[in-house]
Amino acid sequence: MTKSNLTRRGLIKTGAAASAGLAMPTLFTGNVWAAAHSGYRNAPTNGTVTLGFNVPQSGPYADEGADELRAYELAVEHLNGGGDGGMMNTFSSSALTGAGILGNKVQFVTGDTQTKSDAARASAKSMIEKDGAVMITGGSSSGVAIAVQGMCQEAGVIFMAGLTHSNDTTGKDKKANGFRHFFNAYMSAAALAPVLKKLYGTDRTAYHLTADYSWGWTQEESIAAATEAMGWKTAEKVRTPLATTDFSSYIAPVLNSGADVLVLNHYGGNMVNSLTNAVQFGLRDKQVNGKNFEIVVPLYSRLMAKGAGANVKGIFGSTNWHWSLTDAGSKAFVKSFGTKYGFPPSQAAHTVYCQTLLYADACQRAGTHNPCAVAEALEGFKFDGLGNGPTEYRAEDHQCFKDVLVVKGKENPENEFDLLEIVEVTPRAQVEYAPDHPMFAGGELGKCNPGA
Amino acid sequence: MDQIFLQVLNGLDKGSAYALIALGLTLIFGTLGVVNFAHGALFMIGAFCAVTLQKILTLSKITIDPTKTDFLGNPAKIKTPYVEGWFGPDMGAMIIDWSVPMAVLFSIPVMILVGFIMERGLIKHFYHRPHADQILVTFGLAIVLQEVVKQFYGANPIPTPAPAAFKGSFDFGVMLGIDANKVIYPYWRMVYFLFSAVVISAVFAFLRFTTFGMVVRAGMADRETVGLLGINIDKRFTIMFGIAAAVAGMAGVMYAPINSPNYHMGMDFLVLSFVVVVVGGMGSLPGAVLAGFLLGILESFSSMNEVKSLIPGIDQIIIYLVAIIILLARPRGLMGKRGVMED
Repeated sequence: MTKSNLTRRGLIKTGAAASAGLAMPTLFTGNVWAAAHSGYRNAPTNGTVTLGFNVPQSGPYADEGADELRAYELAVEHLNGGGDGGMMNTFSSSALTGAGILGNKVQFVTGDTQTKSDAARASAKSMIEKDGAVMITGGSSSGVAIAVQGMCQEAGVIFMAGLTHSNDTTGKDKKANGFRHFFNAYMSAAALAPVLKKLYGTDRTAYHLTADYSWGWTQEESIAAATEAMGWKTAEKVRTPLATTDFSSYIAPVLNSGADVLVLNHYGGNMVNSLTNAVQFGLRDKQVNGKNFEIVVPLYSRLMAKGAGANVKGIFGSTNWHWSLTDAGSKAFVKSFGTKYGFPPSQAAHTVYCQTLLYADACQRAGTHNPCAVAEALEGFKFDGLGNGPTEYRAEDHQCFKDVLVVKGKENPENEFDLLEIVEVTPRAQVEYAPDHPMFAGGELGKCNPGA
Repeated sequence: MDQIFLQVLNGLDKGSAYALIALGLTLIFGTLGVVNFAHGALFMIGAFCAVTLQKILTLSKITIDPTKTDFLGNPAKIKTPYVEGWFGPDMGAMIIDWSVPMAVLFSIPVMILVGFIMERGLIKHFYHRPHADQILVTFGLAIVLQEVVKQFYGANPIPTPAPAAFKGSFDFGVMLGIDANKVIYPYWRMVYFLFSAVVISAVFAFLRFTTFGMVVRAGMADRETVGLLGINIDKRFTIMFGIAAAVAGMAGVMYAPINSPNYHMGMDFLVLSFVVVVVGGMGSLPGAVLAGFLLGILESFSSMNEVKSLIPGIDQIIIYLVAIIILLARPRGLMGKRGVMED
């Protein structure tokens, strides 16, 4: 029988010493060490840099998220020198060499936003804290993008927004660490209004059905202001709960309201269902006030147009990018994406691919991943060759300014991807607004946060 | 007046879907005593029967057309559905056009089989477990089923149009002497309402006028006594589960043209249908149908602008508000019976 001399106090001391010893390697080589020695959070280590792709992998926007992930993987492949280089070959900046970012091989981690703000924040937090992501990008909803952007600002990493169209993302909720390549609700309205005026005249009365959340409100405000400015009247603005699936009871009163245009400020499943219901009710075959009844969908997405099928034919809207564009950048991207995956990319895929390249390029030009230096490199950055013509990341609000596409549902599609046709490319000047425009007022960029 | 008429019409088709799902739920609860949270998934699978038949009918022969190019600039692949090759372009196109009504017939054996597998494979093991266990396992099953469907069909809605003959809407305004365009109602929604009325009548007639139905009703009232008479009531209840699955499936098939099917459409209906069952009275088939139409119509009225301007947000809570009021006044629901789900 042996007698042990181990006391409770001794056990604690031994345990603490052992824990410190075990922690030592990561303490001096891991993220904490790197941050302390480089002045920013999650500096690259061991010749690799980690990017966090936060997209909806489950839930109703999962297909859009899957397309975003494909584009992200393609962008990483191109950044690391693989594939045909895609839009890196047409990008006006020549800082990217195909040798990763600043010589570090690019790797990535993914998170599932579930199109829920809390889930998106949790997955972004995990990618930053556990996986060491130096940049977070993604999103297929403005509510999610705004939530994650705020989180990235607090955490001290750059947020490159994916598909988010609310004015608030670069308006009242803008952040110094956040950047948006995608266009916004104001731009959609500014691009659409002149086309609607030309098509339907100035003596029209619009009825708005609006998804009852951040994006819907700003879309409604923008398109109503733009159409009223050209002489249209607004009969009614009706907010529909986001969870609505059958819009019949909202559509049935439209014809009685005296309106001759229905504006559907809906996106995703809401848009598919409200448009389908409106066409079922035969609204497009009706005559009101001696004019043909018309339907407008301010924000179009090819993936969603597919869900609405033949109902989109002849209906006007706007989009950030479309695979049928014939500029060198778009052609290079479509070729690269189409060869790899067998179908053309969506606008969501395009914007996230651009965002990844733009971030990498800014790091190359800044010579560091430090968010403050990267933000400085992106602010006021003018570029071309990424499919939207000459574009500028405005310093005042971190919003990209570029041409906007007005599209309509194609009457005679030639294949399953040929759903929208470009009606007009609205020049940047027509969709630009002052940084202190009332629809964007109320927020401050604040100071960039390097996270260390 | 025309607005009220319009919203009653709107409520009828919503109510039809609620009533059909609630009818199936009540059948399963009344016979097997199981609270089936996977019933919404059966509605969804029904809608995907329509999608599947549409896909089968549009299976195509692919030929290369060198005069056209695809999005990558390669020679375009032209798809010609086999049915058009077999029956001629016009007949083939008509068969594809009528895929949804045909899918009703397609869905019946599929749904009975799905119901049978579900009941024999999983649910029968939970007959003697508490209702909370039944809810958990069937809810889990619903999630599994919708994820399986998502795996095969993706997350985006898939357009499944009604036959061209039913496109557009009927103008009740002209018929009733009110102004044109005041009361319009899509043809397919009228078809949906009539279809559900026929299905509901058929289920009631089956239970009332057939020997099988009589035995089932007897079993619902007193399972033990029927069993003592030498009747294999379990087998009949399993068949009833299959019938309830088929009712939900047919409701889903016919609903597909109203809203493009997606993998989570079952969940959208499930919670409301449970409220319908509870309001109607647990175990009461007429109660389920009555409550389905009542809540469908109330939901339609609550989304009228005039009502919403008086009570903002009423359209989101009306069903639950009415459910609370009815259950306070009649704790067993509109047509509930003493002793059902009561210890």
